[in-house]
Amino acid sequence: MIPVCPLADLPTGESVRIDTAPPIAVFHTDGRLYAIDDTCTHQDASLSDGWLEGCLVECPLHAAAFDLRTGAATCLPARRAVRTHPVTVQDGMIYVHHAAEEGTAA
Amino acid sequence: MKSVAVIGASLAGLYAARALRSQGFEGRLVIVGDECHRPYDRPPLSKGFLTGATTDQGQLALADAEEIAELDAEWLLGTRATGLDTGGRTVLLDGGRSLTTDGVVLATGATPRRLPGPMPAGAHTLRTLDDAQALRADLSSPPVRVVVIGGGFIGAEVASSCAALGHDVTVVEAAPLPLVPQLGHAMAEICSALHADHGVTLLTETGVARLHSGGAGNRVTGVELSDGRVLPAEVVVTGIGVRPNTDWLADSPLPLDDGVLCDAGCVTPLPAVVAVGDVARVNGVRAEHWTSATEQAAVAARNLLAGSTVATHHGLPYFWSDQYGVRLQFAGRRLPTDTPRILEGSPDDRSFLACYERDGHTSAILALNRPRPFMRLRRELATQAFAA
Repeated sequence: MIPVCPLADLPTGESVRIDTAPPIAVFHTDGRLYAIDDTCTHQDASLSDGWLEGCLVECPLHAAAFDLRTGAATCLPARRAVRTHPVTVQDGMIYVHHAAEEGTAA
Repeated sequence: MKSVAVIGASLAGLYAARALRSQGFEGRLVIVGDECHRPYDRPPLSKGFLTGATTDQGQLALADAEEIAELDAEWLLGTRATGLDTGGRTVLLDGGRSLTTDGVVLATGATPRRLPGPMPAGAHTLRTLDDAQALRADLSSPPVRVVVIGGGFIGAEVASSCAALGHDVTVVEAAPLPLVPQLGHAMAEICSALHADHGVTLLTETGVARLHSGGAGNRVTGVELSDGRVLPAEVVVTGIGVRPNTDWLADSPLPLDDGVLCDAGCVTPLPAVVAVGDVARVNGVRAEHWTSATEQAAVAARNLLAGSTVATHHGLPYFWSDQYGVRLQFAGRRLPTDTPRILEGSPDDRSFLACYERDGHTSAILALNRPRPFMRLRRELATQAFAA
């Protein structure tokens, strides 16, 4: 369980990157929190810098898009999914539960 | 339309093939590529592929086996197109073969310009996977002296990769400052300073007279500059621009002028022939950009299937470059008279967002290591450009 930041520090529409290996991006959108691997599966770019629209995040480099709920790539040039990680809030603090390797979304 | 031939199996060709299928084309699809490789992504070749961060060739693949199967195309790889008949429906291939189809997508890309004279061992250009593999092999040795001829984006990225590998690097640029045509003087000055930040020597306002070579294997030994100086070098990389691959179309009826001339919908004067990517001069502009190639492909496919220009390409020009750990992103249409203004960050930190202004409007934007605000502004700029 990895502490991210206080929920109050991550307003809706915002994202934060945590420097795990590999790094994870946490998003607050649609009243929910999502965590996915931060690196676009197409080319090295940080999805926490991406454009957030509903449950989709668009890569800031080549506009590949991923569904935050499943990690699935929904738009070329990315073809492979990013991993998703469970997120919880305890006592106002956001935590990410690092998914095992086999937790890769389809 | 029962059959289409896509000539060129790189980014633009693959995206055109994808677009044809996704837009409902179910006929015969033939993809001709002069390289023996299936479509791969070129941007990493000057960066991660040279430094070893991208070691697996599979990481470069633009389509996986599943998608290749779904495309249901006939692949003629290692095959060069040599001509197009007057009707634009028969493509001549090397070895005396030919291919007659109802539609043709021209996606033959471009070839690096070379210095006059022979290329000795150790002298490289960088365009293809084979080029990158050859260069990488030459860079895998203990530190050597590398001279990069040309300070544009490819030259800067190669210099950055060579420096990261520990080699001694000099960049030779003919102009007083590199990147001025793309970025304007003030921003070009900032970006060119990245070389010095990382111990790379930048020599400007000097041309190259010839390469010196000798010894066993006739390897390159140095670069003779136009002022007579000789820079010793074990490896030389030339990045002085490209020329579109149109020679094979010389006998066709297509108008050629630094590219295949086509309208804003990527359609040539022959309605059954469209052009995409680096080889296409779309509505007077030839863009050597990754994003343009992918966007043009969808438009060209639509017009080819429609039989006339029903859609046009108005995408906002966009390119990026990774060098010395800095991500540079540019979008828009800048004129030399436009004035750059820093919106946030600082050039000293090599992290800033700048806009180019013309008559109170933003014409283009540039960011160094500021992907998030850059993307927001780029979207705004694209919306304005579309509305205009």
